[in-house]
Amino acid sequence: MRSVRWSRAGLLIPAWVAIAFLLVPLVALVLKADWTGMPAQLAKPSVVPALRLSLVTTSAALVICAVLGTPLAWLLARSTHRVTPWLRALVTVPLVLPPVVGGVALLMAYGREGVVGRTLLEVAGWSIPFTPVAVVFAETFVALPFYVLAVEGSMRGLDIRYDGLAATLGASPWRTFRTVVVPMVAPGIASGSALAWARALGEFGATITFAGNFPGRTQTAPLAVYVALESDPQAAIALSLVMLLISVLILGALRGRWLR
Amino acid sequence: MRPQTGRIRPAASAFAARVAALAVAALALAGCSAAAGSQAKAPTRHTVVVLAASSLTESLTAIAKDFEASHPGTDVQLSFAASSTLVSQVNQGAPADLIAVAGTSSMGPLEKSRIATDGIRSMAANTLEIATPPGNPGTVNAIADLSRPTLKVVLCAATVPCGKAAAKALKAAGVVAHVVSYETDVKATLAKVQLGEADAAIVYHSDVVSAGRWIHGVQIPASVNQTLDYPLIRLTSDPTTAEFMTYVLSDQGRKRLRDNGFLTP
Repeated sequence: MRSVRWSRAGLLIPAWVAIAFLLVPLVALVLKADWTGMPAQLAKPSVVPALRLSLVTTSAALVICAVLGTPLAWLLARSTHRVTPWLRALVTVPLVLPPVVGGVALLMAYGREGVVGRTLLEVAGWSIPFTPVAVVFAETFVALPFYVLAVEGSMRGLDIRYDGLAATLGASPWRTFRTVVVPMVAPGIASGSALAWARALGEFGATITFAGNFPGRTQTAPLAVYVALESDPQAAIALSLVMLLISVLILGALRGRWLR
Repeated sequence: MRPQTGRIRPAASAFAARVAALAVAALALAGCSAAAGSQAKAPTRHTVVVLAASSLTESLTAIAKDFEASHPGTDVQLSFAASSTLVSQVNQGAPADLIAVAGTSSMGPLEKSRIATDGIRSMAANTLEIATPPGNPGTVNAIADLSRPTLKVVLCAATVPCGKAAAKALKAAGVVAHVVSYETDVKATLAKVQLGEADAAIVYHSDVVSAGRWIHGVQIPASVNQTLDYPLIRLTSDPTTAEFMTYVLSDQGRKRLRDNGFLTP
């Protein structure tokens, strides 16, 4: 009996330490905020454009993740080709890559002097760095692997016989994908979207490296927090709280609907 | 003014420039983490922890190396970032023995209680200069050219000393630069030019000198240029720190600073 209680405590104590470790900084952020001055902080010229840019670019990144990532997840889940595991490992690389390295890599690829970017500039006259498009690129680059892994996980859990059944009823692979696979993995798509969106919202290193930092154009909320921290800590805290609130609301909404 | 002959650059040197810029980015990143982490002091080695403005990267690295070679058993740990970042790190209790910042106004927010008695010395001075990629693809010949809308100009953020100084110089010259990005420190600003992504940046003369042939410098006239004094501030009474401080201010130290484009007394 005694030993059972002790072993229970041995598990519960680290669990509570983990909870405290994760929650103490968030509580500190709330405690350190100047609540009476909050409306004035949020009305500052750097805050609203940063939040708006973050919402617009992360939404765009999420749409790209869903449009490109869902078929990629399907490919990885269904393909039995021997290169598939290698492909899966490769698309996971941006997940473990330090974001600033991702930013340098994006510059090497799509920068004005980059492998693809140079041609883009010469042929179409497009220059991607320092634009909101560059922000979307950076966010998609870091968020897509999260989306693909989450959706692929739930697609692999899906019984492949559904596909076969749909095929015997005359459905094309596209129709099977659209009417059978996607609806059945909706919870996976929802949690993948939440993860990818949260990762995109928090994106800092790749953004500042590839897109730069210009208010209203490439200065997303995390960049604005970083820049404000030195000159105006209360504005940085206010903006951090808004981001915390948005994250909690989105996760809460997802949890209610899909993530039981 | 010399005629522009297009952008002819061997592929190998372009690659080397990128690798150099990558190293700068890695160094900046290492700087962040080194200052944030706690420095364990080995009992047998005399360690001096120095936080320095990013413009001092090349010169202080060389000085520290010289010092370690001539003073066996010492270890100088350097961390480079924007002066404003370093000052807020010290105010929040980052363990450091010395801090060197760009411009006397940068040490304004530094808590006076953290400065050792009689601990402030002027180590060098720096001026501003326009940096362009080699070959000057945007044909920038004067500060007034920075207002051209076809040009991509990168400046330091207004929170860091080089950004404040650049804003003053532009204002004095009556120029509204066509800015595409405000970077968090002077080396990040320079890196954007070094990578060829920006056509011009306002950095320090020392950065142009340290970058050597990877950067082309365009003078800013003295009438609008800004001069920043670099205070070296002692935060502890540790004897090795005092020794290192004396070394930085010695002829050998000042020579390194001058070699990298700083003005010394």
